[in-house]
Amino acid sequence: MTTIPLSWYLALSAVLFTIGVVGVIIKRNAIAMFMCIELMLNAVNLTFVAFSSYFRDVTGQLFVFIVMTVAAAEAAVGLGIIITVFRNRESLDVDDASILKF
Amino acid sequence: MFEPTALLFILFAGLALGCAVSLVAQRNPLYCAISLIGVFVALAGLYILLAAPFIAAVQVIVYAGAIMVLVIFVIMLLNVEEEEHRPLNWRFISAAIALGAILFAEAAFVLFFVNTPRSVQLSSEAPTAGLTASIGTGLFTEYLLPFEITSVLILMAIVGAMSLARRVGLVPRSASALAQMAADNQSTGGGNLRPVDARQIIQPGNTEATGQAMAQMQIERGEAAAPAPDKEQDG
Repeated sequence: MTTIPLSWYLALSAVLFTIGVVGVIIKRNAIAMFMCIELMLNAVNLTFVAFSSYFRDVTGQLFVFIVMTVAAAEAAVGLGIIITVFRNRESLDVDDASILKF
Repeated sequence: MFEPTALLFILFAGLALGCAVSLVAQRNPLYCAISLIGVFVALAGLYILLAAPFIAAVQVIVYAGAIMVLVIFVIMLLNVEEEEHRPLNWRFISAAIALGAILFAEAAFVLFFVNTPRSVQLSSEAPTAGLTASIGTGLFTEYLLPFEITSVLILMAIVGAMSLARRVGLVPRSASALAQMAADNQSTGGGNLRPVDARQIIQPGNTEATGQAMAQMQIERGEAAAPAPDKEQDG
């Protein structure tokens, strides 16, 4: 089916996940942080599909299906929260939303 | 080494990596979103290389289609401006670099120093995993319960998103006042606009009275123009 080693996919997934983590840490815009979280979810999905394909087992792809559902729900609720924060503060900068910081 | 699948892998992996780096480096959220769509499309190509066409299709339809449209819609709706240039906070930058390096080192360690189990026997017949039929069979037999729980999750997400994004206010305060207003409305035939308390405007089950009270409240607040006198009798 494929001659590409499994470790290539895993390495790519690790790099993508790391980029997502770095993005979440250094971004200040709430929507950009949200998109970096989506990138991390996709990196995990790639791992699932790679293992599923190499072990000839469909379970990993079912997990990916459920992860996508969770991501869609997260997008709806997360964007609702972002809209609410923007309506109250006129800003999407997460540094401005620091009322819980002591 | 450089067979077609390897070339395709390098192409899609490079596209995914480039778009991911661009996602982190861009300051304009709209460019970030477009970079993320590039990552999604590249990953869909990788899924096809992995013989998972259903997941690839869902990736493009759900992620690049639905979720990113939602994100771009919010970006446009909120009119998000670019992040302004601030003096770099080296605390955060160094923390990001250090944490990213640690995470990447962990992943590299697992990849190259942990022995992969060679005992897993891969079946030699044609792969059926990834075909849509096998995914459907799995979802509706062995993994039926998680699939059903997913529906509850989506229901919760709908309710949560609506309750978060709705504008608060305009709630009925007094049921007796509502009943009184409904009685007044019926006695006068409901033909014209009457001054009502703006706090009592929502009447369950009486759409006409609610609409009239809402219009009256908007006129009182100056949000809408009062109707011309000849139009007023038309209701």
